[in-house]
Amino acid sequence: MNTEAIDMNSRQADTAPPIRKPVSQVGAKVFGGISMLFAVLALMLLAGIILALTVESWPSIKAFGPGFIFSSEWNPPAERFGALIPIYGTIVSSIIALVIAVPVSFGIALFLTELSPLWLRRPLGTAVELLAAVPSIVFGMWGLLVFAPIFGEYIQPALAATLGQLPFIGVLFSGPTMGIGLLCAGIILAVMIIPYIASVMRDVFEVTPAMLKESGYGLGCTTWEVMWRIVLPYTKNGVVGGIMLGLGRALGETMAVTFVIGNTNFLSTASLFAPGNSITSALANEFAEAERGLHTSALMELGLILFVITLIVLILSKLLLLRLSANEGR
Amino acid sequence: MQTATQTHQGVITGPAQLAFRNFNFYYGEFLALKNINFEMEKQKVTAFIGPSGCGKSTLLRTINRMYDLYPNQRAEGEILLNNQNLLDPKVDVTSLRARVGMVFQKPTPFPMSIFDNIAFGVGLHEKLSRADMEERVHWALVKAALWPEVKDKLNQSGMSLSGGQQQRLCIARGIAVKPEVVLLDEPTSALDPISTSRIEELVIELKNDFTIVIVTHNMQQAARISDYTAYMYLGELIEYGVTDELFLRPKKKETEDYITGRFG
Repeated sequence: MNTEAIDMNSRQADTAPPIRKPVSQVGAKVFGGISMLFAVLALMLLAGIILALTVESWPSIKAFGPGFIFSSEWNPPAERFGALIPIYGTIVSSIIALVIAVPVSFGIALFLTELSPLWLRRPLGTAVELLAAVPSIVFGMWGLLVFAPIFGEYIQPALAATLGQLPFIGVLFSGPTMGIGLLCAGIILAVMIIPYIASVMRDVFEVTPAMLKESGYGLGCTTWEVMWRIVLPYTKNGVVGGIMLGLGRALGETMAVTFVIGNTNFLSTASLFAPGNSITSALANEFAEAERGLHTSALMELGLILFVITLIVLILSKLLLLRLSANEGR
Repeated sequence: MQTATQTHQGVITGPAQLAFRNFNFYYGEFLALKNINFEMEKQKVTAFIGPSGCGKSTLLRTINRMYDLYPNQRAEGEILLNNQNLLDPKVDVTSLRARVGMVFQKPTPFPMSIFDNIAFGVGLHEKLSRADMEERVHWALVKAALWPEVKDKLNQSGMSLSGGQQQRLCIARGIAVKPEVVLLDEPTSALDPISTSRIEELVIELKNDFTIVIVTHNMQQAARISDYTAYMYLGELIEYGVTDELFLRPKKKETEDYITGRFG
């Protein structure tokens, strides 16, 4: 490779002006080294966090074993800890958030890319993005002071009277209607993650080649058929990525959830109206007052579990994408 | 402005499949197609040629009302498909597009298997049993001269094919719906010479079943495969005639300048 470059130089010497002299490789090596250092730094940070969490939660892991995950008892004075309630709360509130946010975001993105008149596109798009800029504590305060009372007064009774009467899922919408609770937290989370999911969806829908959409329309597709059968499969990587971004935010969201989830470690019913706890709100509420020892260690283990849940979600999304590609044939 | 009033009547010798009558087309305020009047013969190949921006693609895209997708684009006058005015607001665009298929500049396979790429369009308009659908997919792939190459991999993604194969898949997809007219918008502009000549052979084959309208920037291609040629310039239909005559003995000076390469 090097000899070839020299050859080129000499051949061109008499006809063309001299081309660039061979450059010293030192700069490239230094640059390569530095950029690799940064990349490795991210990896090391991750490893460090996992290590620290594991070390700190070791006393709790040793004391409770796998039973920590399945026990619903959380009793700091007696030093007996179980993570079932916060894990349940985190997962359920995030699932509620996704169930609400994904279809709404798809609708927003579909409207913004295909149906909206041009003059409305920019203001609407900006409004959706601005929602993402609202601090989560504002959502929390709004949820607690404004949304939850309305929710408990009007919406929960309506849900109980309709969905609550259905077999099987009816139990999810039963019990006292006091506003705050798992369902309320899920809805607030949905509002918070909609801007993320919607703007990623809009961006990937927008880069879909116009000709591909026209091919669909040219066959006699309706807008819905083009979006659902062509654009969505075409952009599935981006769409799943956007949903995962939203889910990641929902799993990790602390402040807004703490305000509206109810913060109780007792859960005796399957009803989504019931108050509960999430991993993040348990941490936020108790960390400052936790005594060193088993209590702190149990909270650290909660953090580790949240980390593992996020990891599992990431792996599942990769598997989902593989499955989707297999379905379309490859 | 003699050309503006030219009607190009009496060019075709067989039955007319498509006819433009006093047709104008606007992009916003801009008049992009001016008073187009001509007829296209059933089961023949009609080529639109002309320099970039002359309106040949615009004209093609009016035949399946693709412009409906875009605000600010509108048409005036009449386009008759078998004597039915397809600009009539009462015409259902979805079923119109089942009668007028279209293939684009670049291959646009859908993100699904080869089989589903073809079955998808058919399924929009007809409810077929699995066996009938398989037969239809087979028929379309044979018609599009793609069957031997894909018969063992119908479940693979349409995107895994080569560019030329993808374009024939798009043609198969279009004809599977059994349209009356097939529109080809520079179908070979993104393909290599060998794929191009296969598509050209295919087009000549397809006119036994369909009326073909093709836009091309390649005059040799128009001369090779079309029966009638329309030369357009600045939104006007300058000359329309039997392909051999138009290329050998153009009646208009502008046409002659363009086809001899003095301009364009």
